[in-house]
Amino acid sequence: MPLLTRTLIKTGMICLILALILGIALALGATNGLFPAYIHLLVFGWITQLIFGVVFWMFPKYSLEQPRGSEALGWWMYALLNSGLLMRAALEPIQATRPNAFSGWALVLSAALQFASGVLFVINSWKRVREK
Amino acid sequence: MPRLSVWLIRASFLYLLLGLLFGALILAEKGLVFYTPVWNLFPLHVEFLLIGWLFQLALGVAFWIVPRFGKGFSRGPEGLVWAAFILFNFGILIIALQFWIAPAILIGRTAEVCAGILFVFGTWKRIKPQKA
Repeated sequence: MPLLTRTLIKTGMICLILALILGIALALGATNGLFPAYIHLLVFGWITQLIFGVVFWMFPKYSLEQPRGSEALGWWMYALLNSGLLMRAALEPIQATRPNAFSGWALVLSAALQFASGVLFVINSWKRVREK
Repeated sequence: MPRLSVWLIRASFLYLLLGLLFGALILAEKGLVFYTPVWNLFPLHVEFLLIGWLFQLALGVAFWIVPRFGKGFSRGPEGLVWAAFILFNFGILIIALQFWIAPAILIGRTAEVCAGILFVFGTWKRIKPQKA
């Protein structure tokens, strides 16, 4: 299993644990903008990140020289996804309770980072989805 | 990878991009209130990412990976699964028109259920132990 896949899956597992802990906090009555962080850690941080990792590992080879497409692009995708998600998880509850310019602009940046990570994933994986 | 999986998986990639774009716009709106009607994209964000991306990717990978038949059509009645692919995407796209067509959600969900049933009929017998 390539290093990028291992890193994606292990980071996904950390997101899963964080989401489940947030789930407990929500069950105990915490609100304050935590629910979106919970859902996105679970669906984007865990499930989608796990899929990104498995696709990078197991989908048909891109070429003999670059069997998994561009590894650098894959690492950028990883960095953008997790920085965007972390920023969101940390600042969305703040923006929900005490909105301010810093957290507001940070959420815009977080949105751009997460979207960009998806774009990089599709660019890197599109040509590996092909008929044999 | 069979042609049908290519279509299912690439369609799922397109929904991933659209779903992430809508999500990014909504998150940015939370940061800087710039255009409140962006929230109308929320049901499409959920539909595209859960049904269009996650479920459709699963269908594509399942059709590709589960055991094949030894004789005849190696992946069973492909026509059924092609019909499932068309109905599934028809359902998602009709649901996307829910603000303009009143019964869009009902029609779309019905199409998705029919697609699911066709997919199950098309692959049921492939869920079997591998021959020794």
